[in-house]
Amino acid sequence: MIRFLLRRLLETIPVLLVIVTATFFMLRFVPGGPFTSEKAVTPEVRRNLEAHYGLDKPLFQQYTDYLGSLLRGDFGPSFKYSNRTVNEIIADKLPTSLELGGGSLLVALGLGLPLGVLAAVKRNTWLDYLASSTAMIGICVPTFVLGPLLVLVFGIHLRWFNASGWYEPIDRVLPSLVLGFYYAAYVARLTRGGMLDVLHQDFIRTARAKGASEARVVFKHALRGGLLPVVSFLGPAIAGILTGSFVIETIFQIPGLGREFVNSAFNRDYTLVLGTVILYASLIVVLNLIVDIVQVWLNPKLKFE
Amino acid sequence: MRTSLSPESLPSAEITPEQLEQGTSLWSDAWHRLRKNRLAIAGGVILVALALLCAFGPLFSQSYSDQNLDLGATPPSAAHWLGTDTLGRDLFARLLYGGRISLMVGLVATFVALVIGVTYGAVAGFFGGKTDAVMMRLVDILYALPFTVFVILLMVFFGRNIYLLFLAIGAVEWLTMARIVRGQILSIKKMEYIEAARSLGLGKRRIIFRHMIPNALGPVIVYTTLTIPAVMLLEAFLSFLGLGVQPPMSSWGVLIKDGAEKMEEFPWLLIFPGGLFSLTLFSLNFLGDGLRDALDVRSAKD
Repeated sequence: MIRFLLRRLLETIPVLLVIVTATFFMLRFVPGGPFTSEKAVTPEVRRNLEAHYGLDKPLFQQYTDYLGSLLRGDFGPSFKYSNRTVNEIIADKLPTSLELGGGSLLVALGLGLPLGVLAAVKRNTWLDYLASSTAMIGICVPTFVLGPLLVLVFGIHLRWFNASGWYEPIDRVLPSLVLGFYYAAYVARLTRGGMLDVLHQDFIRTARAKGASEARVVFKHALRGGLLPVVSFLGPAIAGILTGSFVIETIFQIPGLGREFVNSAFNRDYTLVLGTVILYASLIVVLNLIVDIVQVWLNPKLKFE
Repeated sequence: MRTSLSPESLPSAEITPEQLEQGTSLWSDAWHRLRKNRLAIAGGVILVALALLCAFGPLFSQSYSDQNLDLGATPPSAAHWLGTDTLGRDLFARLLYGGRISLMVGLVATFVALVIGVTYGAVAGFFGGKTDAVMMRLVDILYALPFTVFVILLMVFFGRNIYLLFLAIGAVEWLTMARIVRGQILSIKKMEYIEAARSLGLGKRRIIFRHMIPNALGPVIVYTTLTIPAVMLLEAFLSFLGLGVQPPMSSWGVLIKDGAEKMEEFPWLLIFPGGLFSLTLFSLNFLGDGLRDALDVRSAKD
């Protein structure tokens, strides 16, 4: 277990290094810099700006400097927001995005798991068909269609929710629901499939033969194995929820990191782009590691190797 | 595993009619099962109709770009079946044109993903051992990356041109395909007809491309039908952020974005593009699921 963890943690180092390097050099080789859009910048001012941000140094030195400051946990100053560091911007915006992501994950599991279990247990009844078609709707109606539609109905016409913004607790409901629904649909399908596989196995028949109640069979014996496909889906799901928030934050005008990232890419705010990419990648890598651990814990057949 | 005998698998033997019949039985079986799945057939019919409509419809419909500023946005009427947008352009015609781009992105980018994924997976599966371990570990690592982020960066920095869009999306979506093909190849490798081909002295490349890939086709077809909606979704996602297809070109994603901005006053501008896009995704998914059941593909299950 400890060795497994150590090895996986060590493996993440080259992965993150490749991401940092690739993004860093990609940003430097593209046409147009952060100060090219500014109107009427005299060459002198521009030189000063570049000197201030260290852009006048040789490229390789900029790279090693950046790696050095990364090791100290410093993402550097933002190029576009004068007097703000990337760390400050992230600290300001990330909690909002995490809240949105957490809410969506809650929706995905809270809605998807019961639907999937229900569909599997009541296989080929109207409950199964209802659950399966709900899942199909979730998969086929994209967030950027569902989001505006729900805003139109519940925000503008019925006025149950605010159409946009992120002020009161109730403002969390629609965005989390929209972003989480797609993943709830996948979770429901995977749970149904996983549960059906397990429910056909011998040990379930044995449990039934021994007189275990149906509820006990489902929740005590089958659920653990039936959840395996869902757990392995959680890694990609978390990555998807993080990037999906770009669109949700735009639709609902939420001041989160996703919107900030898209803007920073448009503005060529190198340090902010780099910082966000590294942050997202590390988050995803760490969460995947946790998912792997949970997977082994749920399935004794797998071993930490 | 599947034992379809294609004529190539028996290069030296005389091919009798019985063998040919055996060779087609997998596909005719699958077709028989697929025909019974009404949802899948409906999906297929809708897709063909949509593709024909988008391909040839614009020849007969009204212009998608002619503006009529006096008219402005009007709800559906006899003159404009689905209404007009704020510049007075016919929405139906715009949907057909947008569909051309959306479907084209779906097909071309999927093809890119298909070529990369099949080649990569086949090579990893064929060579096995260390090569396979390294190649698949790389796929595992790539799986963990926020690829959408890189597609966004590419689109922002290298201009939003449509060819780059094809490549960028295709380069993201090949991972699962590679995994599926590798699994297939690993099991096919142990089949006797491969041994036969090898004992006949065929080259590695010929064995991979003539014997292994054709026999791994079932899951590939299924996963391809399921990749197309994923690709179209990604294109629309990018277009919604203003990073995909650029004016004067248009796609369903662009129309949805425009519609979402004006939905408060002109809801049909959101409802029709959103509805048509969802209908297409429904059709593709039902067809893909139907094919999966018909070909009885387990490994492609999500």
